[in-house]
Parts: sequence; structure tokens; C-alpha cells
Amino acid sequence: MLSLLLIVVAVVFAFQAIRARGLIASALWLAGVSALTALVLYLYGAHTLAVIELSVGTGLVTVLFVLAINIAGDNPMAAGWIVPLPLAIGVSVLFVLVLGWFVLSALPAPATASGETVFSDIFWQGRGLDVLVQVVLIFSGVLGFLGLLAEVKAPLGGSLAESVTSGRDLELKALEEQLLEEPESPE
Amino acid sequence: MNLSPFTIGLIGVVGLLGVGFYGLLVSRNLIKIVVCLQILAKAALLALVAAGQAAGQIDLGQSLALTVIVADTIVAVMGIALGVQIRRRTGTLDVRKLSSLRG
Repeated sequence: MLSLLLIVVAVVFAFQAIRARGLIASALWLAGVSALTALVLYLYGAHTLAVIELSVGTGLVTVLFVLAINIAGDNPMAAGWIVPLPLAIGVSVLFVLVLGWFVLSALPAPATASGETVFSDIFWQGRGLDVLVQVVLIFSGVLGFLGLLAEVKAPLGGSLAESVTSGRDLELKALEEQLLEEPESPE
Repeated sequence: MNLSPFTIGLIGVVGLLGVGFYGLLVSRNLIKIVVCLQILAKAALLALVAAGQAAGQIDLGQSLALTVIVADTIVAVMGIALGVQIRRRTGTLDVRKLSSLRG
């Protein structure tokens, strides 16, 4: 029953994350959803995953959201929807009802454990390709983040290029005058 | 009413999927759309672990869900970075104003 309570609260937090007007508030509600999901995972016996979800989902992603919102600014938008609100609510409720009916009516019988397995064995040996994909994903994600967050340099064109070349001309002239004014060294 | 852990997990999956789907329909802010994608990914995570627990293979469920966490984090990172760049270039995060292919 505790897991049911946690899941209901997580769904309420998720709804609040969408309803919140400010982006920071939305990111904090999402962090709450992640923390509650991690608790539910722990209750299910997925202890390793719960720790990872708590540190990555709640910690790292929230920090990234707050950083991005600080850069981009937290300006609440004027009211307005992509699709009409009654249509969105109707479609969502229909989606939940159909999915719920489909999933809950086809519940499989609970199975017993087929044998003792260890998470590290499965992860490092049985799912080696997944590990490789994760490494590539993390690497590409870091590179993409650095590339996208980098400041855009203005191309050398127009007035900027002219100012650079005129500055260099002035420096060359000053250097020539300095060389001409220097007295010749005695032989 | 005696609900099994798998049923409780599925209730959470359906609820989170519904809320995330609703958010995708009504959100105009690019950052908030990434938040909705995160909620959908949480539902997928919960589904994998609940299925693994019900099948008696929680470790297999964990290893699959770990891949989901990594992919979900990369999606969030790239979405956030794209949002920041779009805000710098266009001055807005409103997805309706970003469309340049209006008919």
C-alpha cells in the first residue's frame, strides 16, 4: 500500500510539474517525481537502480534544468494552448482509460524467480552491448551539450572585418615609423 | 482490495503516461516539453522494473532500465541545450512562434 501511495503522489507531482507557471517550479516538481519514483523502485527491490535514479534523475537533471532556466530566463508565457484544452483533456482521459483497460485486463500471472542472478553479472556480461551503447550515448551527449551551449562567434564580415584590417594597418605603420626613427647603430 | 505490486506499478505507469501525454498536448514552452518527456520516461522506467519484479527477474529489469535512464538523461541534456540556443537566437521558447513552415 505504501508503493500505491507513493505512486499516486508521484502522479500528482507530475501534474503539478505541467501546471506550474514558472519553469523553476516545474523543474522542482519533476525532481519530486524522480525522487518518488526512486523510492518505488527501492520498494520493488531494484536498489542499485533506485540509487542511480536518485542521483541522476533527481540530482543531475534538476541541476541541468536550473542552469538552463537561469541562462534562458524564466518568463511565464501568456495563456494559450497548442490544442484546445477540452480536446486535450478528452484525448488524455481516453488514452488513460484505453491503456488502463488494455494493460490491466491482460495481467500475467506472477512468476517465480527462475534462478539466482546478480545485477552486475547481467549488466556487465549479459548486456555488454547495452553498456557500449550507454558509453557512446554519454560521450555524444557531453559533446553535443558542449557544442550547443558554446557561445556563437560572429563571422568576420562587414564592419568587423574592416575594423580588424584597419587596426592592423595602423599597427604596421607605427612599427615602420618606429624603425625609421631609430638611430643607426655605430659600426 | 488486494493489489499486487505489479498492478500497482501498472497503475503508476498508466497515470504517468497519461499526465505526460496531456502535458505534451498543452505545453508550449520548449523546456516544459522536455519536462513532459522526462515524465514519460519515468513511466517507462517503472514499467520495466515492475515487469522484471513480476517475472522474478528484477536484475534483468534493472539492467534494461539503466539504459533507459542513460538515454533519458541524454535526451534531457540535448533538449535543454537546444532550448538555450533557440532562446539565444530567436528570443523565445514558445514552440508556436518557432515554426517557420506555416501554411
